[in-house]
Amino acid sequence: MKHWRFKRRHISEAIVKFFMLLSFLLVAASLISILWTILSKGLPALSWEMVSQTPKGGYYLGKEGGILNAIVGSLLLAGGATLIALVISLPIALFLETYVMKTRWARYVRLTMDILWGIPSIVYGAFGFTLMLSLGMRASLLGGIIVLALLEIPIMTRAMDEVIRLVPEELSHASLALGASKLETALKVTIRQMMPGIITATLLAFGRGIGDAASVLFTAGYTDRIPTSLSSPTASLPLAIYFQLGTPYPEVQQRAYASALILTLIVLAVSLGSRLISARLSKYINK
Amino acid sequence: MTAEAHKLPLGQRLFPRRQHDRIGSKVLFVLTLIPMILLIAITVALVIKTLPLLREYSLASLLGGTEWKPLKGLFGYLPFISATLWVTILALVIAVPPSLLTAIYLSEYASKPLRSVMKPILDLLAAIPSVIYGVWGMLVIVPWVQNKVIPFANSFPNGFPLLNTDNPTGFGILSGAIVLAVMVAPFIVAVTNEVLTAVPEGIRHASLAVGATRLQTIQRVLIPSTRQGMFASVVLGFSRAMGETMAVLMVVGNVVQMPGSILDAAYPLPALIANNYGEMMSIPMYDSALMGAALILLVMVLILNIASTLILRRLMGRVRRAW
Repeated sequence: MKHWRFKRRHISEAIVKFFMLLSFLLVAASLISILWTILSKGLPALSWEMVSQTPKGGYYLGKEGGILNAIVGSLLLAGGATLIALVISLPIALFLETYVMKTRWARYVRLTMDILWGIPSIVYGAFGFTLMLSLGMRASLLGGIIVLALLEIPIMTRAMDEVIRLVPEELSHASLALGASKLETALKVTIRQMMPGIITATLLAFGRGIGDAASVLFTAGYTDRIPTSLSSPTASLPLAIYFQLGTPYPEVQQRAYASALILTLIVLAVSLGSRLISARLSKYINK
Repeated sequence: MTAEAHKLPLGQRLFPRRQHDRIGSKVLFVLTLIPMILLIAITVALVIKTLPLLREYSLASLLGGTEWKPLKGLFGYLPFISATLWVTILALVIAVPPSLLTAIYLSEYASKPLRSVMKPILDLLAAIPSVIYGVWGMLVIVPWVQNKVIPFANSFPNGFPLLNTDNPTGFGILSGAIVLAVMVAPFIVAVTNEVLTAVPEGIRHASLAVGATRLQTIQRVLIPSTRQGMFASVVLGFSRAMGETMAVLMVVGNVVQMPGSILDAAYPLPALIANNYGEMMSIPMYDSALMGAALILLVMVLILNIASTLILRRLMGRVRRAW
């Protein structure tokens, strides 16, 4: 009897372990499937022309041209938005850590951030669009940047708030004990210790911004030209993929796959880059 | 000391750094108001935009109506709400069991090297833009549903429950749900993994020391103590999935109807907004109705979000989160 029970629990352990391994492989396999699909479909259609030219006449019928407008547009949109988000998020994260720490106010701010973070980007897009309509703005680079920035602020603040807690308390205590004010401690001690985290958070938000389509759909518009000012409409890569995929011409759909590959490469490069930079920088940090 | 300096109040003259600190803290405090203002502004703007619609129609006729014909002035949200629920719930049915198992495997069984490989994989999955998932869905999932699942469903002479359909294209709820499942899985894995890691090692050791196997430790110790957290991570995944726009829009078919089977095409709320906003502004009430759709989506997401966040907060306090 004892022997049998001993065996049974080991068998059930093995079965459950098998299913766990299976699920694990399923998750890993789906990533490989996505990357493989994008690579195998996109690579044949990728050309220098794609990344170096704007769409010429009849581009969406299969004539020549490229998607430089969307690449530049996406970089400008996500870059501008990330800059604005950084200017707002960093002080919030510093304030939460330095001044209010564990007070009720800090809890409310964090809860709000969590809630904002969960709001779908299409809702940000719809909100941004109403706001722009009431201000008399047209779909433009500026509109897209602002809405993307709103989307990125909670992502960035939360990511920074995570790393800021890893800064050893002793360091700021030491700084305060030497007579530095809280502001000086925040700006001269905490911020340096946070550097890898700030960079990771910024790149994370940039990656989310550049890949988001629903929020720029109405606010940034779409055009075949490279934007010349903040008020000109701006193309973006996700929308370029979506629109090209929607045409009935196989040549244009091929280019959608190539565009998807470009977007994936940018996002992967940003993601890997943030890992490398933060690994490199964290060597210089007091742990 | 210059002449101007004497005009400053004594405290400021003697302690300029303290003054900077005070001003700095006020500026920073004002910045923390931004997120709250933003949250309130979004809600208020959507409500104001929806008001004209609410004045004309009763809430029951909007939420319960199945007809969506803007030109005739019919705005029933039920097909969209039910499409959103069908796609999201099916996505969770597909995603939750493997996600929870993977999270448990990673935190309880996996070797260190495997764990360190899996973390970047999850990060990458989370970083891939939704439009890429959509492209993948169109290229891989939709043909699979069309060529494998639909013939299989049609091979039952009397039909199979939830699988009856006259939609031969493969664009439908099932495709949308599979794509969504792949999108939310890394997220659920990350949150659950975080919850499990927060359980103190000592508890596991105690259970193992009295002779329990790993599995028994999981069943009797870990799952009971993290049940709430796992639930919250699933709810959080649910709210993520609900608002996902692009990926679902590309594979779900976008037909306004009350779905009767998982192979039918459907039209979820985010797709409705994305496909129509910015156009048809000349039709009366149309933009108000689309804002109403955004408001419904916001309310659904907010309820799920606040509930799960509060559970997770209470459970983990200020334990750091990885997602």
